[in-house]
Amino acid sequence: MLLLLLCLPALVPLFVVLTAVFTPEVEIWSHLARYVLPVVTTNTLVLVVGVSVGAALLGTSLAWLTSTCEFPGRRIFEWALLLPLAMPGYVLAFIAVGFLDFTGPLQTWLRGAFGSSSWFPSIRSTGGVILVLTFSLYPYVYLLARGAFLTQGRRAQEAARTLGMTPMRALWRVVLPMARPWIVAGTALVAMETLADFGTVAVFNYDTFTTAIYRAWFGMFSVNAAFELAAVLLVFVFIAFALERRSRANLRFATARDLSRQAVRIELRGVRAVVASLCAALVLGLGFVLPVLQLVVWVFARAASDLDARYFEFILHSVLLAGSAAIIITGASLLVAYLERQYGSTPVRALVRISTMGYAVPGTVLAVGILVPIIGLNNVLQHGLSTWLGDAAPSLLLQGTLATVLLAYFARFLAVGFNPIESGLSRITATIDEAAITLGAAGTALLRRVHVPLLRTSLMTAAILVFVDVMKEMPITLIARPFGWDTLAVRVFEMTSEGEWERAALPALAIVLVGLIPAAMLTRRGEHVA
Amino acid sequence: MPERTLSQRSPYWVLLAFGFLTLLGCGRAPTELVVYSSRNEQLIKPMFDRYTEETGQAIRFVTDDAGPLIERLAAEGQNSPADILLTVDAGQLWQAAERGLLQPVDSETIRTNIPEHLRDPGSRWIGLSVRARTIVYSTERVQPDELSSYEDLADERWRGRLCLRTSKSVYNQSLVAMMIEAHGEEKTEDIVRGWVANLATEPFANDTRLMEAIIAGQCDVGIVNSYYFGRLTRDKPDQPIRLFWAELAGDGVHVNVSGAGIAAAAPRREEAQKFLEWLTQPEAQSMFADANLEYPANPNVAPDPLVASWGTFRASSLNVAKAGELQPLAVRLMDRAGFR
Repeated sequence: MLLLLLCLPALVPLFVVLTAVFTPEVEIWSHLARYVLPVVTTNTLVLVVGVSVGAALLGTSLAWLTSTCEFPGRRIFEWALLLPLAMPGYVLAFIAVGFLDFTGPLQTWLRGAFGSSSWFPSIRSTGGVILVLTFSLYPYVYLLARGAFLTQGRRAQEAARTLGMTPMRALWRVVLPMARPWIVAGTALVAMETLADFGTVAVFNYDTFTTAIYRAWFGMFSVNAAFELAAVLLVFVFIAFALERRSRANLRFATARDLSRQAVRIELRGVRAVVASLCAALVLGLGFVLPVLQLVVWVFARAASDLDARYFEFILHSVLLAGSAAIIITGASLLVAYLERQYGSTPVRALVRISTMGYAVPGTVLAVGILVPIIGLNNVLQHGLSTWLGDAAPSLLLQGTLATVLLAYFARFLAVGFNPIESGLSRITATIDEAAITLGAAGTALLRRVHVPLLRTSLMTAAILVFVDVMKEMPITLIARPFGWDTLAVRVFEMTSEGEWERAALPALAIVLVGLIPAAMLTRRGEHVA
Repeated sequence: MPERTLSQRSPYWVLLAFGFLTLLGCGRAPTELVVYSSRNEQLIKPMFDRYTEETGQAIRFVTDDAGPLIERLAAEGQNSPADILLTVDAGQLWQAAERGLLQPVDSETIRTNIPEHLRDPGSRWIGLSVRARTIVYSTERVQPDELSSYEDLADERWRGRLCLRTSKSVYNQSLVAMMIEAHGEEKTEDIVRGWVANLATEPFANDTRLMEAIIAGQCDVGIVNSYYFGRLTRDKPDQPIRLFWAELAGDGVHVNVSGAGIAAAAPRREEAQKFLEWLTQPEAQSMFADANLEYPANPNVAPDPLVASWGTFRASSLNVAKAGELQPLAVRLMDRAGFR
């Protein structure tokens, strides 16, 4: 019951989206089916598979390097590799296209030096968009996989070595399989974010399901058709979830942990150490350092005059919203994951899984999907108040409150909080629960005194991801914010809505800098653990 | 461990925070004018401030894309706090009016100041600034006398020389909608197919990149909104690129408007009308248009000197409302023609 109540805000917008199928737009659908869907379905599949595989490979290997090996710069890379997360995908995309396209400085230089740049691969291509999204989204996998490797302890690895495995073989046979829930959970976040993305693919003019949804809405003026397309998207996501779940239904990932004895790091030497440092530096450079430099250049060239006292307010608003959302969503996710674990029947699992699907829905669709029922509620309350108080009744405006904004964030980002925590719980054996209950720690005491301390890494991961995601979020903040309550992301919108990208560098850079806060927190925590 | 205490208490936090924040947003000063705007903050706020200074009328606003704003307006119905909807293209205003979200305004001032083809035939919204979409060309590789109309860019001699912005841009959607109005669907589809065949590279995500591509030599001609050209040349004049005033069906340059209408349930209808009328007067018209290098909708107001330096043009006499009405058809036509 409590679980249903918790999930309700996340279920309502999905329900709103799904109800659109009861008033089918037959005529538009026949057009879409013939001219649009074949292309966007293929494009979306290629993009999601490409980005998921790319991010899983990049994130897992970097996480493994920084959490189990020792190489020059490891201590810095450990947290710095998280930084691209703070860079909004659409900003990275705009910078990448600006730099690498025909008109960019690189190709201009090539033409100057060699007369032609026609051999240079086009950045505005399928490969280009996959590459940019991979670089901007791999930190989800990195952060989760890192948590998995750090909590694995050394026993499993030692056991594998005792059985005669080489370190590489142990990696493939033991370490990676044991980290599977984390890698899958991180990759699932990447896949959902890719499905819902509009800003990044729009810079590349790459057509996906999401762009088709917006085209039906803003171009053909049919919200209904847009929501129906979103409903189809949801069905696909649900099937993908169900398949993945089934494939690991009988697997268990718990370990006997011994945090006092951190696994001994593999010391990389010589060429290997250099290669490891170079790889990490390359990813960090392309995904973060170079783009930040470009932003700084733009700020000085164009946007410095936009910097005024209001920026304190924007930053404060952003941090306040992101901070409260991180606390609320992490707390609620913990409860949801705990309840799911205690009463984990199949319908309960399905319910929880569906609740997290808001993350795969294009932002504006979800924003309107949650705003419409809240406005409905507001109108009912207003009607009641007016009947009761007559003209003295105050006018309500629930839809323009921070509570609504936070509720909508919850519906959108539940997956971001839930996925890391759920994977974390899978590492705690049932015997731990039983032992705790025997010792008198049942119910909330079990959660508070046993699970929470064991889940510290997962809870931090969830909170960091939610914080940074909310910092970058636009559609919900835009439509539901109180009058005048502007955030950094809103500033980015104001600049980019008329294509003033260079001026958007200032708020974008501020988002990145504020996004550094969680990364800094991670370092501090890292010191405690190490 | 601070994170433990936080997550542990979060359910209470949630309730407390929600209660508090809900109260925070409730109620509003009854005298304020409320604007829902898809024209961005830096382009509207200076004018709002000026109006408040002159009349004492306070204005609050929320910015977002027109799509979600219209859905919000529709859901709010009679309880909507919005007095005015302000957008950056006529199509969205047309759609809002179609859905009964705007109300007619009977005003002599508006009729005098704003030409008929920039107003809703049903008087439910008006254009406040004109956005001209026309041809840009490379002065190094194209002579102006080679250019004539949008339609002509479908001709074979532009094969591999044309750059276009994506068909997702509402400005291209309304251009094609107006072509449908002038030529009918069949002929328009042929023209759009001709454009696609002439493309030098994949369509661009914005007009600025398109012009940079012309300067860099990737293509020779393109179609852009004039204010993007203004922005580009204001920072760096003397670039090998120029505007050409194109003809649509021999009837002048295709224009769209940024405009506004009064919400059907506006709590302060009269104040809203006063504000709208004020916006059509010379001083406000200059501020509205010049902030983004657009053209004032009031023909008696001169544009910004930089804008004036591009010469005068004859705007298409088709009513801009047609852009909204035919936009869904235009989008489908572009899908069929493979214009991405």
